[in-house]
Amino acid sequence: MNSALVPEAPTGNSEPDQRRPTDWTTGASRRRTRRRYAAERRFRLMGLAAVWLSVGFLAFLLMSMLWQGASGFVETRITLPIALQLDITPDRVVVRGADLALAGAGIEGAVDAAATAAYGAGGAELLSDGAWLHVRDAVEADPTLLNRRAMIDVSAAADIDVAAKGEGTPAAEAQVAKLAAAGALSRGFNLKFLTDADSTDSTRVGIWGAFKGSLMTMIVTLALAFPVGVFAALYLEEYAPKNRWTDLIEVSINNLAAVPSIIFGLLGLAVFLGTFHLPRSAPLVGGLTLALMTMPVIVIAGRNAIKGVPPSIRDAALAVGASPVQVVFHHVLPLALPGILTGTIIGMARALGETAPLLMIGMRAFIAAPPDRITDPATVLPVQIFLWSDEVNRGFVEKTSAAIIVLLLFLLAMNGFAIYLRNRFETRW
Amino acid sequence: MSGLSLVILVIGLALIGWLAGRMRAAAFRRGSTRRFSSQPVHHGWFVALWTVGPPLVFLAIWALTSPALVTDAVLANPAASQLPPPGFDRASILSEARSLAQGRSYGAFHELARTLAPVYAAAQSRFDWIASGIALLLAFAGGAFTFTRVGPGFAARTQVERVVMILLLTASLIAILTTMGIVASLLWEAGRFFRIVPAWEFLFGTHWSPQVISARDPGASLGAVPLFWGTFFIGAVIAMVVAIPFGLMSAIYLTQYARASTRRWIKPTLEMLAGVPTVVYGYFAALTVAPAVRQLGVSIGIADASSESALAAGLVMGIMIIPFVSSMADDSLSAVPAAMRDGSLAMGATSSETIRKVLVPAALPGVVGGVLLAVSRAIGETMIVVMAASGVATLTANPFASTTTVTKQIVDLLTGEAEFDSAKTLAAFALGLTLFVITLLLNIVALTVVKRYREAYE
Repeated sequence: MNSALVPEAPTGNSEPDQRRPTDWTTGASRRRTRRRYAAERRFRLMGLAAVWLSVGFLAFLLMSMLWQGASGFVETRITLPIALQLDITPDRVVVRGADLALAGAGIEGAVDAAATAAYGAGGAELLSDGAWLHVRDAVEADPTLLNRRAMIDVSAAADIDVAAKGEGTPAAEAQVAKLAAAGALSRGFNLKFLTDADSTDSTRVGIWGAFKGSLMTMIVTLALAFPVGVFAALYLEEYAPKNRWTDLIEVSINNLAAVPSIIFGLLGLAVFLGTFHLPRSAPLVGGLTLALMTMPVIVIAGRNAIKGVPPSIRDAALAVGASPVQVVFHHVLPLALPGILTGTIIGMARALGETAPLLMIGMRAFIAAPPDRITDPATVLPVQIFLWSDEVNRGFVEKTSAAIIVLLLFLLAMNGFAIYLRNRFETRW
Repeated sequence: MSGLSLVILVIGLALIGWLAGRMRAAAFRRGSTRRFSSQPVHHGWFVALWTVGPPLVFLAIWALTSPALVTDAVLANPAASQLPPPGFDRASILSEARSLAQGRSYGAFHELARTLAPVYAAAQSRFDWIASGIALLLAFAGGAFTFTRVGPGFAARTQVERVVMILLLTASLIAILTTMGIVASLLWEAGRFFRIVPAWEFLFGTHWSPQVISARDPGASLGAVPLFWGTFFIGAVIAMVVAIPFGLMSAIYLTQYARASTRRWIKPTLEMLAGVPTVVYGYFAALTVAPAVRQLGVSIGIADASSESALAAGLVMGIMIIPFVSSMADDSLSAVPAAMRDGSLAMGATSSETIRKVLVPAALPGVVGGVLLAVSRAIGETMIVVMAASGVATLTANPFASTTTVTKQIVDLLTGEAEFDSAKTLAAFALGLTLFVITLLLNIVALTVVKRYREAYE
């Protein structure tokens, strides 16, 4: 023991029994203890409050999206009495090409005329631009409608729709009240929201186009980022010699994981569009850009998973004569795969919600048709949300929130699957 | 022959090569008592790799060089003698002819493009046939040559494993390539910008209004100081004022007080905050938070409270960053040796005194590193500020006033209708370069701090 720390032995007048134990029962001492315990409780409460407020923010965010978005899946319909007088025989609408035949026969005008007849001048403006499509589908389903008078529910115009949900202008509210009094208003599930693409009319928009674009982009991203990420992780963890090049690779990967996503967008713009002249706003370019962003995430998750495989597995394989490549591909990779897949899904979920880099490569155009190939112009879900959020029309608010609900559901499903994989297949060695 | 069908054909050939090599190797192994270095499947892979590899490499190079060759062939045609001299007109006629020849468009603006289109199509199909021929020849030659090598004494496994190692190495080099691509493209475009606008005018100018750029002195309205200030104010001040207390306190509660079962549920829930896409936060900030903040500003007597205030964007960004700060603080607190905590508790300190006077000071370097990483994330964050912050650059410390950020301006500059080479679009790359350098420095500093701190307790 360090002799300097040993207290000097009391000398002279002090007696050993003069040192008494602290008296904890005096008033001052009790007050101090009470104060300290109160501080302890306050501190603990502050921690609890921080946790609950953070969870509360999340709950508020999700609830407000649900609250605003739920009505986006519902459309207001107006019952339209209609007697179609079209120059077309019923057998023409059950064969192929019926859509064109009906459009050519002037069904759109007939619907407008019926609306004017039923609801007076301006009646056509009560209906959505896509109202005649409802009538067309109804006629194709039941050709006898061509010869008789019928009541068909068609979707209402955007301002009527908004007013019926309680946020419209006074004029629209008055019209809604009139229609409701006549018993012409009804509500129904807006199936077209799930099957259509973007439109300028908020009652006709759908997310299928953006969803398909997202799907294509994600396939390109996965096809590029997964093999490259796994191979790089295997190389760095299993084979890489300790030298300057390996260090450089590691530093690059760690930095890429921290680079702001918008920088990847600038890279995509300068390299894929500027140098290689790939098509603008195509899922191919979006996928390439997001793959560069996702690859470091997969590499880092993959390395952790590979590190988790105990060395005894490798030693055993080597001992029975496997080559280094066989050790890795027959033993290490299969054991590390659940961990790698978990990391990959989390990286893909991040890429699915990414917006900024895709804006950079031109994915903000108005695309009214779902893409068919990965080189077609397309948009993706988060960008569609961004575009709709910019619309002035009140009808787009609920559509934006509804699209957000769809996006969040997908992210939740992906993350849930990742957690399931982790819990189901993770081995503790 | 189209590119895709050619690739599929080559892969089909490789499959045949795989089967043939495997069968041949299996044949000479049958009945032999000798020990072999390679399994039949290795011989199969050896043949397949040499069948598919060379044609694909050739096709990749061909895809980059053939457009130039086709154009040269078209220019050699007599019909091309009427083309205007090299310049914009010539390029546009040629590109029209190309889209006509490829069937991507049906009408042409230039008469000459219509006459050149068949020439183009002919040259294109000639070169396509040449490419297909060479690719198939390479596939057959590679496959046949390697097939003859398959034999009892041939170590196919060594060869195949060498190719696998090269593949693995290439995959990891892509990370370096990406980094170099980012640095090179940013430097190149920013370099072009700094030739128009001097770097010091850009970095130290205090006036930013890219809507009106005078042709004589573009630097006068491209001074980025207001953007840097706005980025710092929103990302490093307002967001951190929210994220640090909430993140640190939740980390402390979850690591020191909460029961294990509570922690198991709350931690993933908190991390969901980081999983919500930024565009959702942006929409939330613009639609819900910004009007509320404006109301608040007006009610406390700030008449010019903006509906695109720095406070709204910063608050929402702070909420987004909470789980990030919390998990970094969590890691640093858990890294403090238990002996320090136990010692403090044994001396009679309460939990909160231990945390405040022992754990947090000991974990401070790690927490600071985590906060720096969080700042670097916040200033690179784009969608929240694009949707909730304003486009007007002002130098103000009033959180209710409108401020703009670097990322918001990059998006605004590049999504306008300007042509690609103007000072305006190039300025976006200069901003991108600045952002890249700052986040890189922040990350390096943060990681060094965290690493030092970890070493101190190991």
